[in-house]
Amino acid sequence: MTSLADAYASAREHWQALETSPVPIFFVGAATCGRAAGSGDTLDRLRAEIKARQLQAQVIETGCLGPCSLEPLMVVHKPGTPRVCFGNVGPAEAVQILQRHVLGDDPCAEWTLGSIGSASGNGTGTFSDHPMMRGQVRRVLANCGLIDPENVDHYLARDGYRGFLRALEIGGDQVVDLVRRAGLRGRGGAGFPTWRKWDTCRQTGADQRYLICNADEGDPGAFMNRSLIESDPHAVLEGMLIASLALGASKGYVYCRAEYPLAIARLKGAIAQMRALGLLGDNIQGSGFSFDLEIKKGAGAFVCGEETALIASIEGRRGMPQPRPPFPAVSGLWGKPTIIQNVETLANLPLILRNGPEWYAAVGTEGSKGTRSFALAGKVKRTGLIEVPLGTTLRQIVEEIGGGSSDGKPIKAVQTGGPSGGCIGAEQLDLPVDYESLAQAGSIMGSGGMIVIDEDTCAVDLAKYFISFTQNESCGKCPPCRVGTRAMLYLLERIVEGKAGIEDLRRLDALAVTVARGSLCGLGQTAPNPVLTTMRYFRDEYHAHVEQKQCAAFVCRPLVQHRIDAERCPGCTACVKVCPAEAIIGVRGEPHVIATERCSQCGSCLSVCPPAYAAVYRVSGELTRYEEIHAKKGKPGAPTEASAQLEAQSEELDQCS
Amino acid sequence: MSMSVMEAAPPMEDILTSSPPTRENLISVLQEVQEHHGYLSESAVRLIAGASGVSENEIYGVATFYAQFRFQPPAEHTIHVCQGTACHVRGGHQIMYDFEERLSIKAGEMTPDHKFGLERVACVGCCALAPVVLVDGKVRAGMKPKLVRGLLSQLGYQPNGKAA
Repeated sequence: MTSLADAYASAREHWQALETSPVPIFFVGAATCGRAAGSGDTLDRLRAEIKARQLQAQVIETGCLGPCSLEPLMVVHKPGTPRVCFGNVGPAEAVQILQRHVLGDDPCAEWTLGSIGSASGNGTGTFSDHPMMRGQVRRVLANCGLIDPENVDHYLARDGYRGFLRALEIGGDQVVDLVRRAGLRGRGGAGFPTWRKWDTCRQTGADQRYLICNADEGDPGAFMNRSLIESDPHAVLEGMLIASLALGASKGYVYCRAEYPLAIARLKGAIAQMRALGLLGDNIQGSGFSFDLEIKKGAGAFVCGEETALIASIEGRRGMPQPRPPFPAVSGLWGKPTIIQNVETLANLPLILRNGPEWYAAVGTEGSKGTRSFALAGKVKRTGLIEVPLGTTLRQIVEEIGGGSSDGKPIKAVQTGGPSGGCIGAEQLDLPVDYESLAQAGSIMGSGGMIVIDEDTCAVDLAKYFISFTQNESCGKCPPCRVGTRAMLYLLERIVEGKAGIEDLRRLDALAVTVARGSLCGLGQTAPNPVLTTMRYFRDEYHAHVEQKQCAAFVCRPLVQHRIDAERCPGCTACVKVCPAEAIIGVRGEPHVIATERCSQCGSCLSVCPPAYAAVYRVSGELTRYEEIHAKKGKPGAPTEASAQLEAQSEELDQCS
Repeated sequence: MSMSVMEAAPPMEDILTSSPPTRENLISVLQEVQEHHGYLSESAVRLIAGASGVSENEIYGVATFYAQFRFQPPAEHTIHVCQGTACHVRGGHQIMYDFEERLSIKAGEMTPDHKFGLERVACVGCCALAPVVLVDGKVRAGMKPKLVRGLLSQLGYQPNGKAA
């Protein structure tokens, strides 16, 4: 076992050596999102190029810097100059940057996002001044994308585990007090004050207490926890040490979704490193405090985000919730007092311990202190993982950080909190994001997913989407949720199919209230939120579906018809070839016709009709829409080499068929 | 998971010796068995029941609760279409529909020759790159309906049975 003091000394040396490295270093973002955007290819090519040129250079895989839409991201250390961050770095760009920037004098401005730290001399601004980064305050995410998550030296060199050492020094009572003064509230959704939860648990006279880190990020549309664990696993684990010390818990579990294999691998590696440093096990650092950790893989059940269901799952049972009280803080895992904390709540703890509660509470609002990370996605120009002070308005997040709508269409709403949250209409964009304001607007902070939608998303269809999700994930234990969500889904299906009457809207309203009030656990209690909020902000859309049989977003298939404008169609047969239902009739050179009775309204014809003709149009109720969808701007992510290849292949196939 | 991996899977006895199943670690043992064998076969469940003392009934009760567990061998290629919110608003449902049409199966089914399986996945956490699909576990970002056909043909799909 290495002594911690020695480890700090060597980590500092190691970090210093990186900072002043005489050879170039390439830091490539290789979290799941970076890999999905093609950073694996970038890495391969970069390594091959370095080898072929026999260069002295280092390649380091980091986590996620945040701006996913600019992935793959690469930070380049060129000896003697400030580090520069580049975006959309595919294999070809990586070689260009190596050749022109690192070996030459060209700043490669076309891919430059900014320099890290101080501005470089050649006119490159700093990365923190990039429009996506400017409004952010990165505390929890401070290390993400800048350190090698698999190298504990990097974490130690950036004051890692100093917070825990401070906690050991001052003891559990003081830790609770610091967390109380910091005003930290749970980041998992409900926003319960963390210290109060701890206090309840500490007052039980049990011989054994447990701490569980809830990394079962089941909300569709949320990826903050994945990104944080993949990019800086030790921050979460240090938080667990601090919480356990405060609670007197000797055993901890990380309950992580099986869908996050990289996060699980990073946790495993980090736990082994902790063990080697004497930060886990018996009598940690000679303090008398003992703690051990185990990873439990979730098996794919959304309801396991609920505390009592999660506990049942760890115990090897069906993940079904229990009535509360007793609360897990009093009687949880194996009947012992158990505290369950969200990943981000835990990652805040080292910061509070290191910097003090005053520093922590300096940002945020009266009731919601500190920062919060959000997964910004959907119809917004700059998607990614962001961190802002609580109290930042939705408008600042969507327009300034996110750069506004991605397709140039007006933003219609922002969906927060996943299936338990709600849709907040565009007229409410000036709402500050804190626990109380969001609840007042009918939504919740939730786990932090933030999906921007524009006029191409139908509010009724979105509500149906969420209800079909919760209906599917309902564990079936209590009838209000089991039967109620099913009945709501049935009503919503009737609405989008144009079969509903006005009385169905009243039924849906009443049912939503029943499900919310009568359900046993949070899943059912919050399941109606997407319906309730869309009915509140977009009631006219519900009425249009019911009364005019019209879907203004042209999403609800039974209410939409695709047609071909005979005056525009030159008969190129592009649509005839792709129609999976073989519903388009026509020979080359003659206008084509869609046989309505065969058409499944899939929209394939619309997507291939050459923009020069734009002959395919859609009708819904009294609305008609021509659309040149090829003119769309702001692609989600850079086209990777693989997807370009695929596209070529698909086109080739279409031509020869 | 490809066939070759499954053929090289360690026998059940070895898995049960290295991680003896108990009530507490039942789910992780099921996960491990599925990881190696691709699914939970009747004989595997029987062996786990024998080794753990938990009844087969109870094991099925637990396993069927969780979306992760399969009771049939997986197809040669499994395509998971992400149905997360970001993918949904960016057209993930359309992509699912296209796969369903091209493969003539519904989500949750596999082609009669067991070559292709089509599954929904609630969210893979790559929302910023939506819509995404997982092809044999590998994420494909920025998926479009017009890429579906090329992707299937890359995997060796030959449309047959459908009118040419």
